[in-house]
Amino acid sequence: MKIHEYQARELLTATGVAFLPSQVARSIDEAVEGYRKLGISSCVVKAQVYAGGRGKAGFVKLVKTEQEVRDAAKFMLGNRMVSVQTGPEGVPVTVIMITPAVEIAKEYYISITVDRSKNTATLIASAEGGVEIEEVAKKTPEKIIKVPLHPTMGLLPFMAGDIAARLGFEGALARDAAKLVTALGKAFYKYDASLAEINPLVLTKEGKLLALDAKVNVDDNASFRHRDVEAMGDESQEKPLDVRARKANLNYIALDGTIGCLVNGAGLAMATMDIIKLHGAEPANFLDVGGSVTADGAVEAFRIILSDAKVKGVLVNIFGGIAKCDLIAEALVQAGQQVGFKLPVVVRLEGTNVQRAREILAAAKGALPTLVIADDLEDAARKVVAAVKKAA
Amino acid sequence: MTANVIPLPNMAILVNAATRVICQGITGSAGAFHTKACLEYGTKMVGGVTPGKGGTKDANGLPVFNTVREAVASTGASATMIFVPPPFSGDAIMEAADAGIRTVVAITEGIPVLDMVKAKAFLQAYPDTTLIGPNCPGIITPGACKIGIMPGYIHTPPGKAKAGKTVGIISRSGTLTYEAVWQCTQRGIGQTTCVGIGGDPVKGLNFIELLRLFNDDPATDSIIMIGEIGGSDEEAAARFIQANVRKPVVAFIAGRTAPPGRRMGHAGAIISGSEGTADSKIRALREAGAKVCDSPAALGSALAAALGIAG
Repeated sequence: MKIHEYQARELLTATGVAFLPSQVARSIDEAVEGYRKLGISSCVVKAQVYAGGRGKAGFVKLVKTEQEVRDAAKFMLGNRMVSVQTGPEGVPVTVIMITPAVEIAKEYYISITVDRSKNTATLIASAEGGVEIEEVAKKTPEKIIKVPLHPTMGLLPFMAGDIAARLGFEGALARDAAKLVTALGKAFYKYDASLAEINPLVLTKEGKLLALDAKVNVDDNASFRHRDVEAMGDESQEKPLDVRARKANLNYIALDGTIGCLVNGAGLAMATMDIIKLHGAEPANFLDVGGSVTADGAVEAFRIILSDAKVKGVLVNIFGGIAKCDLIAEALVQAGQQVGFKLPVVVRLEGTNVQRAREILAAAKGALPTLVIADDLEDAARKVVAAVKKAA
Repeated sequence: MTANVIPLPNMAILVNAATRVICQGITGSAGAFHTKACLEYGTKMVGGVTPGKGGTKDANGLPVFNTVREAVASTGASATMIFVPPPFSGDAIMEAADAGIRTVVAITEGIPVLDMVKAKAFLQAYPDTTLIGPNCPGIITPGACKIGIMPGYIHTPPGKAKAGKTVGIISRSGTLTYEAVWQCTQRGIGQTTCVGIGGDPVKGLNFIELLRLFNDDPATDSIIMIGEIGGSDEEAAARFIQANVRKPVVAFIAGRTAPPGRRMGHAGAIISGSEGTADSKIRALREAGAKVCDSPAALGSALAAALGIAG
C-alpha cells in the first residue's frame, strides 16, 4: 500500500521523527492560507503524487511571496505531473504540501526494508545522501551502511548509536541521529512497513537534524491490521484498470503489447509473457487471477483485458491447482456471452477439473466462434501469435 | 508392468508413503477440499486442527482437534499442511514446530512479511522441523505422499517412469511447477519429489537446501530448478551448483520480459545490488553449468536431452 508524503510524515511524526511543520492544500486559497499559517517567507511547495522525479519535472518549487505560492499552486493543482517515473500520461496532482525551506549543510539517506537473504529487516544508511542512492550503492558500496535488525526485538538502542556514529555524527547530534533512527524503526514495525525511508535526512546550516522527505509503504499482506493507513490510499494516483483489478483481487499490470494474458500464478503469468515474446509478439499485460479466484473475479479479468484497446488477441493459460479449470471455463463462456469475443481467444487448460472444463468449452464452442483450444503452452503461444499476426 | 518399464528404488526426500499428515485449517473450504484430494491421492491424512471444533469429525471422518499438540499425541502425525487464514498463519507454523511436527507445509498466501520474520526466527530453536512455504503449492513424492494443492494426476512415480530416469523439481512458482512436472511426465521421466518453495521473501526451505537433498538422493538422476526475478536466491543457488552438484540441472527463470522496477523499490535494489534481474540469474546458472531454457515449454525436452533420452 502506498501513501502520500504528507501522510508518511504524519505516521513518522507520531513515532518521533523530526520534521519541520507543514500545511496541506487542495486549492489555491488553501495554499495561501497554509503559507500564512507557517509564517515563514521562504517555503517549498511540493506536489503530492505516487511518483518520484518531482524536482526535475517542476513540481517542487521554492516560493518567497504569496503571489509565488498562488502561482505554484495554480500550476500544480489540477495539472498532471510527467516525470521519468510516470510514463507519458503522468499522474494527477490534487494535493500539495507547503513547508519551510531550509539551508542544507549535508544530506543523508536512511531506510528500513526486509532483506530476504537475511530473513529480517535491515536498516540502510549513507552519509552520501541527496544523490541517486542506487548509484552510490553501485559505485561505492563501502559508503552504504547496512545493519540487520533483530527479527523479534527489532532495532535495539546500540544499533541506533552505531548507525549514528558510522554516519559521522558526534556529541548532541549523535544523540539526535540515534533518536531519529530509533523513531524510524518504531514506525517500520508499528505500520508493518515494507519500506520506511527518509531521503534526504539533512543537517541544516544552523546545525539541526531534520527529515525533509519521507516514504512509507505498508505491506499489502498486513492491510488487515492497518485499515486506517489503507483508508489513506489515493485511487487517483493509480490507473483506472489497476484500481478495478485490485478491487477484484486480481494482480494486474498493464504493458505495451497486443496479446492479453489471463493466467493463474505469478510465475506462470511471467513465463506466459516470456513465451509470447519468444514467439515474436508482445504481451499487453501481466494478469495473475490467483488461486482463490471466483467466477465473478474471472469474468472481471476478461472484461479488464478486453477493455484495453491495444489488445488484439487473448491467451488464457490455466494450470489448475487450487484454482479450478471448470470455474475458469465457465467464467470464460459467461464473459464471452456478456462482452462478446470479437478477438481470437486461445485457451490452454490443464490441472484440477480439466475434464469438466473441456466439456464446458466444447459445448460453448458454437456460440463463441473465436475460441481456440490449445494442447499445451507451446501450442497456445504459437496459436495466439499467429492469430494476432493474421488479423493485423 | 510393461517390459520397457525399469523399476527404480522408491526413494524420495522429506516425505514418503509412511508420512502421517494433519491439516491445520481442515474445516475451512480450501483445507477441506484439499484434505479430501490428498486422501484420494493416497496420502496418510490422519486428522486436522481447527480451534473450537475439537472432538468433531471432518467430511472424510478424520478426527478434528483444537490444538496441534493434541493432534500429534492422538495420531502420531509428523507432517502438517497449513490452510489457516493469513492473520493466524505465523502462529500456526510456530504451534506446529512446538508440537514436534517435522515437516511443516504452509500453503497460505498473504501472510504479513513481519509475521514470517518472527516465525522463521522462532524455528531456529527447532532444528528438527523443516518449513516449506508459505505461499506455495506444497510437496509431493509421486505415488506416495502429496501434501499440498498440486493436481496429483500430472505426476509420475519413479517406478512408472517409461524412460527409466528421474528428476527432482524445485520451484518458486506454483503453477509453473505443474508445467515442468507435466512436461516430464509426457516424456516418461519420473519425479522423485517436487517441492514448491513459495514466492514470499521470507520462507522456509530454499533452493540450496533442496539442491543438496536431491544431489544426495540416490534415486534422483537430475534436477529441474525454476526461479523468477527478484532477490538473489538463484544466484546463490548457482554458486552452490557449481561447487557441489554433480547431476544435470535444467533451469528456467520467469520474468525476462517483466518491466523493470515494478516490484522492487530503491531499498530492495540496493540490497540485491546487480543481482535480481532475469539476466543476472540466467548468466549465473549457465556459468555454473546448468542448462537454462529460454522457453518454459522447453523444460521437458531439455531435461530429456540432458539425460540422454531420445525423443
